[in-house]
Amino acid sequence: MLAFIFRRLLSSALVLFCVVSVTVLLSFVMKGGPFDREKPPPEHIQKALLARYKLSGTTWERYTSYMSDLARGDLRASFRYRDWTVNEVLAQKMPNSIKLGAVAFVIASVGGVLLGSLAALKRDELVDWSAMLGALLLISVPTFITGPCLIAVFGLWLKVLPVGGWGRWEHVILPAFCLAGPYLAYVARLMRNSLLEVMKSEFMRTARAKGVSDAQALAKHAMKVAILPVVTFLGPLAANLLTGSMVVETVFNISGAGTVFVNSLQNRDYFLLVGAVAVYCALVILFNFIVDVLYGFLDKRIKVYG
Amino acid sequence: MAEASSKFAGARPDGWAMLKRNRPAMIALVFLAAIALASVVVPWLMPEALKQTSSATFLPPLAKHASGSVHLCGTDVNGQDLFYRLLTGARVSLGIGILGAIISLIIGTTYGMVAGFVGGRVDAAMMRFVDVIYSVPRLLFIMVFISALDSYLKVGLDGARLWAQEHQWLWLERRMGGLLPYSKLLVMVISLGLVEWLTMARIVRGQVLVLREMAFVTAARAMGQGTFTILRKHLLPNLSTIILTYLTLTIPAVILDESFLSFLGLGIEDPAASWGSLLKDGAQVINPIESKWWLLAFPAVLMSISLLALNFLGDGLRDAFDPKSSD
Repeated sequence: MLAFIFRRLLSSALVLFCVVSVTVLLSFVMKGGPFDREKPPPEHIQKALLARYKLSGTTWERYTSYMSDLARGDLRASFRYRDWTVNEVLAQKMPNSIKLGAVAFVIASVGGVLLGSLAALKRDELVDWSAMLGALLLISVPTFITGPCLIAVFGLWLKVLPVGGWGRWEHVILPAFCLAGPYLAYVARLMRNSLLEVMKSEFMRTARAKGVSDAQALAKHAMKVAILPVVTFLGPLAANLLTGSMVVETVFNISGAGTVFVNSLQNRDYFLLVGAVAVYCALVILFNFIVDVLYGFLDKRIKVYG
Repeated sequence: MAEASSKFAGARPDGWAMLKRNRPAMIALVFLAAIALASVVVPWLMPEALKQTSSATFLPPLAKHASGSVHLCGTDVNGQDLFYRLLTGARVSLGIGILGAIISLIIGTTYGMVAGFVGGRVDAAMMRFVDVIYSVPRLLFIMVFISALDSYLKVGLDGARLWAQEHQWLWLERRMGGLLPYSKLLVMVISLGLVEWLTMARIVRGQVLVLREMAFVTAARAMGQGTFTILRKHLLPNLSTIILTYLTLTIPAVILDESFLSFLGLGIEDPAASWGSLLKDGAQVINPIESKWWLLAFPAVLMSISLLALNFLGDGLRDAFDPKSSD
């Protein structure tokens, strides 16, 4: 097990390195820089600016110097937000995104498992049909349509939740449900199918034959196996929630890291861009690592390749 | 393995017959065909005056145009007919969806077939790679990739245009100038195709693992056929329905990705429109004082129903041809 954890840790680090390298190199080849104005500054000032932002030298020199700065945890200065380092910008915005993502993650995984199990238990009844139709609807409709609908219903019509704003706990509810929606639906479908499959299996019949009650057979035997596909999906889920949160942050006007990322692309604020990608990916890869290790504990039958 | 072989020995009911009996899937198919046909034919039939930008901005639905024709869905911020933009947007969205899905199909099928057929360590490594990509926020890279590549393509197109102008190639010059606003479309189709192939690769590999153990593959090999011939002549036909199923399910995924990028302002730009960019425009002018609901409602409804129809059709295909799959 320790060897497995070690190998996974190594491969996670390798993935992170590749991901960041690709982004850095892509940002170098992007056209347009921080000093592209209608009237470009005189040459000596341009040179000074390039030196100040550590942009002079060949591509290789710039790459290695950036990577060594990154290894020390220095994400350098933002071009756009004067007097701000990328570390400061991200430290201010990232917690908002993480908070939103974490709440959405819990809603999607727990809600999806509950809804999927319910649908599987009431197979082909009204509950099942409506749950699965609802799930298909949630998967089909993008969050930037469900978002305004949620605002209209709960914010403007029923007036039970705030329309916008950020800070108190009730501000998180609507965006989190909006972000979690499609993934809740996906988890529910996954859980329903997997539970139906498991309930057909031999060991369930044996359990029932032994006289274990329905509820106990479900809780003690079926759930343990049926939940595995959902656990595998938790890693990709985290990645999807991160990118999905960009749209939700835009719709609900939350000042999070998603907005920072989109703006940095539009402003050609390269170090902020690369920094955001690096932190995002580090978070997702760390999370995946945890899920992988967890999976290794949960399912002894499966040999995980490293 | 025994179960899988009996599945292909004819014990299974015919997939197409099952699909035809699936009413929601058939309704979805008819609806999608109608949308696709309308998006191609109707803009061509509409009066030219409606398509132009005008000073008649934000007209509500069913308002009269100066020439007497009716704006079915109202007009937008530039005074363009929303109905026309919805249909041309459908053309762009569906087109990107289909082309992107086809690109992902080619990559995913090739990848999955190679991994499944070669097997062993190669298979393990290739599938581990897919797992890794699965769990990286791919759209993040797509955004960076599009921004990086688009500027190059624009410069290239503009260079070609100027070159043509210099050499008096009027046809080429006009063509390049016309393509310029659509350069992002091309980049988007390619890059979205490059990220959505993972599911296809997994499914195809799984099927190949089953198929390659079957007697007809052994027979083909005994007859001296090479790996490539076996893959193309024997495995591909057996995979075709599964591939069609997941192609149908990839289209809505690509459309969603595209709309997502366009909504954030990183995708389709004016004068081209897609459902995502229309929704972005609609969301920008919404305010509690003066509601321009039609700019948001019509694209939202059309897009949601179309995606729902695509998913219904894909699910129907999957029930018919891939009954063992979950999710």
